[in-house]
Formats: sequence, C-alpha cells, structure tokens
Amino acid sequence: MAKIKGQTPAIMKQAKYAPWLYLAPALLIMLFFVVYPTLNTVYLSFKNADSTQSAATTCQQPQPGEPEPPCWGIFENYRHALTDETMLLAFRNNLLWIILMVTGTTGLGLLIAVLVDRVKYEPLAKAVIFMPMAISFVGAGVIWEYVYHYQAQGDQIGLLNAIVTALGFAPVPWLTTGPWINNIALIIVGVWMWTGFCMTILSAALKSVPAELLEAARVDGASEWVVFWKILVPIISPTIAVVLTTMTVNVLKIFDIVYVMGKGQPDTQVIATRMYIEQFNKFNSGVSSAIAVILILAVLPIGYINIRRFRIQEAMR
Amino acid sequence: MNKLQSILRRLPLHLVIIFLCIIWITPTVGLLVASVRPRQDVAESGWWMAFVPRRAVGQEEYRQYCASCHGKDGTAIAEADLSAAANIEQYRRSIALTAVLRRPLRDGSPHVEEMPDPQQMADILTYLRQLSGVETAATRPRFTISNYVDAMVGYAGRESYIESCVNGDPAADNACIGTGLTSERGMAKAFVNSLWVAIPSTILPILFASFAAYAFSWLEFRGRQLMFVILVALQIVPLQMTLIPIYRIYAKVGLTGTFLGVWLFHTGFGLPYAIYLTRNFLGSLPKDLFESAYLDGASHWTAFYKLAIPLSTPALASLAIFQFLWVWNDLLVALVFLGGQTPVLTWQISNLVGRFTGMHLLTAAAFISMILPMIVFFAMQRFFVRGLLAGSVKG
Repeated sequence: MAKIKGQTPAIMKQAKYAPWLYLAPALLIMLFFVVYPTLNTVYLSFKNADSTQSAATTCQQPQPGEPEPPCWGIFENYRHALTDETMLLAFRNNLLWIILMVTGTTGLGLLIAVLVDRVKYEPLAKAVIFMPMAISFVGAGVIWEYVYHYQAQGDQIGLLNAIVTALGFAPVPWLTTGPWINNIALIIVGVWMWTGFCMTILSAALKSVPAELLEAARVDGASEWVVFWKILVPIISPTIAVVLTTMTVNVLKIFDIVYVMGKGQPDTQVIATRMYIEQFNKFNSGVSSAIAVILILAVLPIGYINIRRFRIQEAMR
Repeated sequence: MNKLQSILRRLPLHLVIIFLCIIWITPTVGLLVASVRPRQDVAESGWWMAFVPRRAVGQEEYRQYCASCHGKDGTAIAEADLSAAANIEQYRRSIALTAVLRRPLRDGSPHVEEMPDPQQMADILTYLRQLSGVETAATRPRFTISNYVDAMVGYAGRESYIESCVNGDPAADNACIGTGLTSERGMAKAFVNSLWVAIPSTILPILFASFAAYAFSWLEFRGRQLMFVILVALQIVPLQMTLIPIYRIYAKVGLTGTFLGVWLFHTGFGLPYAIYLTRNFLGSLPKDLFESAYLDGASHWTAFYKLAIPLSTPALASLAIFQFLWVWNDLLVALVFLGGQTPVLTWQISNLVGRFTGMHLLTAAAFISMILPMIVFFAMQRFFVRGLLAGSVKG
C-alpha cells in the first residue's frame, strides 16, 4: 500500500472532498441495498416469524409427561434451518449440485477449450457452447422441460423419452422420479448453461500458455495426454481455481432452475428455494433470514479467497 | 496420402466436437421447431415429427369399423354420407360420434358389432374430418406463427387467436383490434415491461460505477484500499440475503410493485461488480496520460469525462451487456418486487409453466423472451467475453 502512495502524483491529492463526490452515489446505494440488508438479515434471523419478538419465544412449550422439545433459545431459527428435515434435504441437494455441477462445468469446459483450440471452426463451436449463457434460467427451464417431457403412454413428445421408448424401455418421469433422477436432471440443465462460462475463461488461459513450451515437450516425445496433465494443467491451475470458486458461489445460490423446473417437490429443493418458501409462502422471515445467513456463511470462505487473490494481483501491478 | 492420414487421425477430434455441439444445440432447436408448429401437433408429437410426413390418422381404424358399410370413401350409404362436410361438422368431439354408434340402426341391429375404444374413436373422427374436408391439410399447416400471436396477446382459448378473430367467435377473450397487445396476460406487454425494467437498471449502475471507479483509480483518499477490498467481498453477497429487509422497507414506503424500486435494487446489487470491473480497467490505463492531463490544467471532471469515459468504452460496453442480460433474465427480483401486477417476461413464463395452459404457448413465450438476449449476445459476443475475463465473480 505504501508503494502505491509513493507513486501517487501530487496533483491527485488536490481536493479533499472531490473523491467523495465521485463516490457518494455508489456508496449510498450500496450501503442501503447491500450492506444494510445484510446486517439487517442477520438481526432478523434472531427474531420470530413477523420480527416482533425474540426467536426464543417460538420454542415449543414442553408438554407434561413428554420429553422436553429441543430449543436453541435465541438461535431457534437456526435450529430449524439446520435440523429441519426439509432443510437437511436442501443441504444434501445443494451438496449434490456443488459436486456434480462444479466438476461437470469445469471439466467439460476444460475439455472443450482444449479440443476446439485445435480446429479452424473454433469460434463457431464456442458460440454454440456459450449460447445458453444468454438465455434466462426460466427460458432454459422451458427448453429442458420439453426434453424431459413425460407421458405415461402414447407417443412421447419429449426427446429423451422418445429415445428411451424407441430403445424399447418404459418412459421415465425424469423430473418427478426422486431422489436422484430428478436432481440430476436439473443439474444437467445447470451444466448446460454454465459450461460455456468455464470454457471461455479456461480457453483464454490456455491461449496464454507459450506455444514453444508445448512444442518443446512434443519434440521430446511427450504424448498429448502428458502435455495436458504435466504442462497445461499446472500452468493454468490459478485460472482453474478461479473457475472452481466462482462456480461454487454460483451453485450455492442456485435458485431459478429449481424454482421453475422442480415443480415444488420437496426432494429437489435447495437452500435458496427453501429461503424463498419460508419468506413468501410461509411468511416466516425469522427462519428465512437464518437460512440466508447460513448461505452467506457458506460463501464467506470464497469471499476471503477472492480478497487474497485480489491483493496478490494488486501487488503485481 | 499423408494428408489423408492426417485428416483421418484428426477425425475423432472433429467427431467429438461436433457431437458435443449437437448435444448443446439440440434442446434449443427442438423448442424453436416446436414453437412454429400448430398447437395440436405440439401436444401430440415430438418436434422432430415436423420433418416426417404425417401418417394418416385413423385410416386403419376407419377401415376396420366403418368401411364395410359406408364404403372406402364414405359415400356408400346415401343418407349417411360420411364425405359430406355438413354431416361431419356436427361432430366436434368424438364423444358425439360415440353416441351415434351406441344407437341401434333403424332395423334394430347394433350400429357396430364392437365399439372402438376412445382413442380409436378420436382417430376415426380425425380421419372423417379430413375425408369430408372439414379439416384439410390447409387448415393445419406444418408450420405456423399462430403460437407467437397467441403468446403475444396472451390468448389461452381453444382455437388460435387469429382463428377466433376471423370466426368472430365470442370466445375470443381479447378484442381483435390490436388491443390484445396491451393485455396484462400477453407477452407483448411483458416484453415492454422487461425493457422498461432492464434499460434504466443497466444505465444507472454503469453511471454510478464509472464515477466511483474513477475515484478508486485516480483519486487519493483515506481508506481507498480498504474500501475496495470490502467491495470485492460485497460481490459474493447472495441476492437472497438482501431481499427480505428491502422488501419490508419497500412495503413501508410504497415502492413494492414500482419500476423505481426494481431499478434501485438492481443498481445497488449490480454496483459492486460494476465498480470492480470498471476500476480494474481504468486502473490499467497508462498513468502518464492522466498526469499530463492534470499538468495541462485539466480538472478531475475534465479528466473523467474527456479521458476516462471515452477510454473505458470497451469495459463499459461489456458491463452494459452483462448487466442487461442479468436484469433481463432475472426472475427472483421481478417475482418479489413486481409480481403479477407488472409482469415481466420471466414472470409471465414461469406463470405459464405453473398453469399448464399448453405447451404451444410456452414454447413461443420462451422464444420471445430469448430473442433480444440472443441478438445482444451474437452481435456483441466479443465484449461479452472480454467482460467475463476481466472479472469473473458476479453475485
């Protein structure tokens, strides 16, 4: 930091109030729309459903002759958010989303980036893979609803079930067969949408790898497999890390796909959809806020990683 | 020979790429094809059947149950001429035809020895309607834009909007004088709403972000570094986190359901990333440029709008695309703050999904919502990719 100060030209220090004039609109809006709500959500998470009393008052009264119901006092909302059956399902599903979608998008993105690097129609192929990024989750939901469409009998109008029945199997209700098929069907939609994002970033990183390095290795008789794992992957590993962390944040917050395509089934819910249900269907802002706080706690480590990476970048400027 | 060998060696590579591309594009193509098929076709057969000649529905069933008496072309019994349009027009639904078959003939013998099942019945009727010319291939073309018309005006009736207007059908629940385009249920209105949400929500954050980014890169003030680090951290705040408190304040001050409320929300939420991206770009401009401007007596304001803004146009362009697509495609904010009173495209579609009013409306509606992002995306792909690379952390 001291270094930057030393480089600052004298003229930049001219006006004391000028910087704040430039900053004021953005800072005020961010304070109101990002910082305040975040703090307020933490506060609301310790209150009851309509935020009039402490969350501790929502504890169930012990009934005579029965074991005392569990109560976490002021953390009662968190007890609900962490131990309720529907929430446990949501955590499981979010974990499944993270495992499959983060690895799926990054892996496929890297594979496609490496492959298209060798062909002349690279821009076209990339545009095809990238295109779903421009579509809304809702639009993608409709597109895939049509792929997964299920009819118990008769001609299938969904592509997937048409293939399945043509092969002589019974059609599968992909979106309502729990607990794995429906979740995986939704995750595939996510992978379809986000692989282009990973591919683009990884492809740019691949292009920055010096060609001589790869040539030298190939001349030395290294196979493409070895070149990929021993040279390419280590060199672009910082970029892979960026992609992995970004995707993890995105997947933790996944909402729209599940909201549109999940058809409200309990076994496809994720953290963000549970939060929405608690707030806008059950009108319990206490539990809803607690879920939001859990969500931000989950992404906090990634925020820390971002800051560290930012500091390293700044030091190199 | 050598060339052939190298082509053959690279064949698997091409096959894998083409295979992946086909997988990626097929779902979208399927929806596009489906959206231009007549509604009956959308409901009855997969989109790929649009490229397969239609099989004659019900011909077989007709031969099995009716041909022995009515003849091959339906004209064998003069008083029950099945090829006469007037005769067949009475039977809109196959259940009506079933009733006739249940009645014994004049001599008391049963009309048919064995009743066809409901599916066969429906197929026979379809065949008869075509045989008699009530419904010809012309009335049911292979491709049509009527789904788009229906979706635009929000028509959810039994025929299509155009048909019901032409027939003067009282069931047409929209006046057929173009006012349908302003219907709250229609995608046309929603399209306008979406534009009206997205444009200010794109301009405002970019405006404020460029001010702030200028300060962060070329002005010296206390806590500059620390504030910027906080900004980097703010990017990961989940949208859901901010919804509840803002929703409550909006409810108190009457901003729920207003465009202003949505603009401000999107601005607040887009700012951390917008400032981060713009600052990274502005900060990478050559320092000498700004120093010599200041030495020439330029004020900060001059340096800002004569130097910084023009030079950072590429970054601002990519930012604009990002923010526009983000807002255009957003469902959650629209759901919470606008809801059904001011429906935007995403809300309208998710509502259609819930109502099961028919696949044909949904396919067209989805494409109406995709047209603009697609144009923006393909026209400005270069900027889009650049923005993606500049800062890949978006909340």
